[in-house]
Amino acid sequence: MIADQVILRTTARLLTPIIWLFALYVQTHGDYGPGGGFQAGVLFAAGFILYALVNGLGAAEALVPVRVSEAMMPLGVLLYVGVGFAGMLAGGNFLDYGVLADDPKKGQHLGIIVIELGVGITVAGVMIQIFSAFARRSS
Amino acid sequence: MEALIALVLMSFLAVIAVAILRLRDGITAVMLSGIYSLVSAGVFVLMDAVDVAFTEAAVGGGISTVLLLATLHRTNRLTRPTHHRAAVPLIVVLITGAALVYGTWDMPHYGDADSPPNQHVGLRYVEESPKTTGIPNVVTSVLSSYRGYDTLGEATVVLTAAVGVLALLGARRRKDAAHDR
Repeated sequence: MIADQVILRTTARLLTPIIWLFALYVQTHGDYGPGGGFQAGVLFAAGFILYALVNGLGAAEALVPVRVSEAMMPLGVLLYVGVGFAGMLAGGNFLDYGVLADDPKKGQHLGIIVIELGVGITVAGVMIQIFSAFARRSS
Repeated sequence: MEALIALVLMSFLAVIAVAILRLRDGITAVMLSGIYSLVSAGVFVLMDAVDVAFTEAAVGGGISTVLLLATLHRTNRLTRPTHHRAAVPLIVVLITGAALVYGTWDMPHYGDADSPPNQHVGLRYVEESPKTTGIPNVVTSVLSSYRGYDTLGEATVVLTAAVGVLALLGARRRKDAAHDR
């Protein structure tokens, strides 16, 4: 049984927070370096999957409850669409970020950060949910 | 030097692809396909497409491998040996491959500054993105701002795909209900 192997368990326990921290870095620095919401979401899910593979799905779901990852899936898309409508309310077109702040550049920056966050949340939720569905069937 | 690295990586890809074809053990094939993704990520880095490489390494090398392993766990890990002749498929593959190679002769050379993708709208993005969005990574500004509709569509596709997969694999609630009975 994989859960009995102390080296694997310890490594997974050490690596998961580092992977999540890196996911946050990728999420927030997508506008400066490589990466963005999609990659960050996948990385976050990868951290979860590593933890679940070694410590069991139950232990991993104590970190990210099923309800949370389930809610994350539509939440991200709603956040994205919300930014689109916020632009319309501010007097611009759908998904026009320039009007979100006084300075168009700041508005663009703000819009991009929020929609990237939306993509990241959806992708992380989706990947975690799909993996959990597979893992539940396998056990 | 760059060409040499590209050649080595491409040869790796070819060797791995042939090895996957010849394997009967599903688990080894899945591990090799993960390695294939990782090597492709290396090729993308060589082409300066770091964002693509990142995605390929995380999705192809990581998540797909785990999902395929989970699927194998539910099925038979050994494939049955096949005995039918490979002559006809081989000819079809050779003709298709030759047609594809012939097609590449009309494509612009890699990194050609005069090629259509580097001339029209792409050039405008590279020139105007820093002025209008103020974001250094042009890839991000194209994906999120200039092509915001497409990315919204992609996020929706990811969500829809997940809904489909979860519907097929049986949602959590239905399974819980089955346990209660």
